[in-house]
Amino acid sequence: MRVFPMPFHSLLLFVVWLLLNNSVSAGHIVLAAFFAIAIPLFVNGMRDEHPKILKPWRAFRYVLMVMRDILVANIEVAWLIIRPIKHLEPGFVAVPINIRSDLGITILASTVSLTPGTVSAEISKDKQWLYVHALHLEGEADLIHLIKTRYEAPLKEIFGC
Amino acid sequence: MPLYLEIIICVLLLIGGVFLLLGSYGLARLPDIFTRLHSPTKASTLGITGVLLSSMVFHSYQNGSLSVNELLITLFLLITAPVAAYMIAKTAIHHETPPLDKTKNAHLVSKIRDRQAPKENDEA
Amino acid sequence: MLNWTLFIVAVFICIALFLNLWRLFKGPTISDRILALDTMYINTIALILMYGIYVGTSLYFEAALLIAMLGFVSTAALCKYLLRGDIIE
Repeated sequence: MRVFPMPFHSLLLFVVWLLLNNSVSAGHIVLAAFFAIAIPLFVNGMRDEHPKILKPWRAFRYVLMVMRDILVANIEVAWLIIRPIKHLEPGFVAVPINIRSDLGITILASTVSLTPGTVSAEISKDKQWLYVHALHLEGEADLIHLIKTRYEAPLKEIFGC
Repeated sequence: MPLYLEIIICVLLLIGGVFLLLGSYGLARLPDIFTRLHSPTKASTLGITGVLLSSMVFHSYQNGSLSVNELLITLFLLITAPVAAYMIAKTAIHHETPPLDKTKNAHLVSKIRDRQAPKENDEA
Repeated sequence: MLNWTLFIVAVFICIALFLNLWRLFKGPTISDRILALDTMYINTIALILMYGIYVGTSLYFEAALLIAMLGFVSTAALCKYLLRGDIIE
């Protein structure tokens, strides 16, 4: 049996425990290390296989880009909310997706929900189409192009699938 | 408390409060469930982030050491807000809530409900 | 200055809570009510954190974290119930 079957989750547990207690005292570090080793050993049998992050630096830049986009998208949505409703043109769009892994699709759908004035509503059963609802749909092709190049392409690069 | 810290906290609090109010205003004002989904998932998430950041700055100053545990709530809300929005959208579509009349591509709703691909390949 | 800002932002959030409450009562569909409840959770977290700043203690952090978690779980459970008629499959 390996000591760290899930190294990323171990690190996450360690950091979250220290954040939760807001301290870096010796006692909490020991306790955090205990949880970081013990919990993955117990839950290792329950997890599904996920693709590994191939490019950590690209993933870090992706997170920063999404943070900036959230800020911009929020201001846009706030403006759309204050404007008179009659200018609003909501619409559904079906976006074809190429990512195949469940984790990749989940992250893409969450990013789409948080960023460019869209909320992801459903994935088709064959995992080829992501349905999104846009608050103000100006150009359908533009929106699909934006999602595919700005969010899907980096995710494909990060997970390599 | 030094003045510059107080100004930072006040500005963050005000940004947070304004966005929270806008999110709820949108929830009360927008015409149908799908457009209403947008305002709490986006504006309220940014609003709560502002309030949490100001709380972080305040408690860091007060405790005399960096207080970062508020980041945990921010992270948690950022991860859960899209999932909650997705669940609510799924519920609305499942219950056949009609979208607004001027919604573009409204014919897709029946496809979404059955989780099919948008094109009718099987009929051709 | 901080106390005044806290007061103004608290007023904002109370108005926001009343707007949510209005949506909660008016509906018209059950999904709207769930969405209103979810937004109320978020506004309540903000109110509790601001009370923590006002009193000058970080004790309320745990309460805020618990409300955030319960809010998400209850939204997910309600939606799941409406979708499947059952929460645990």
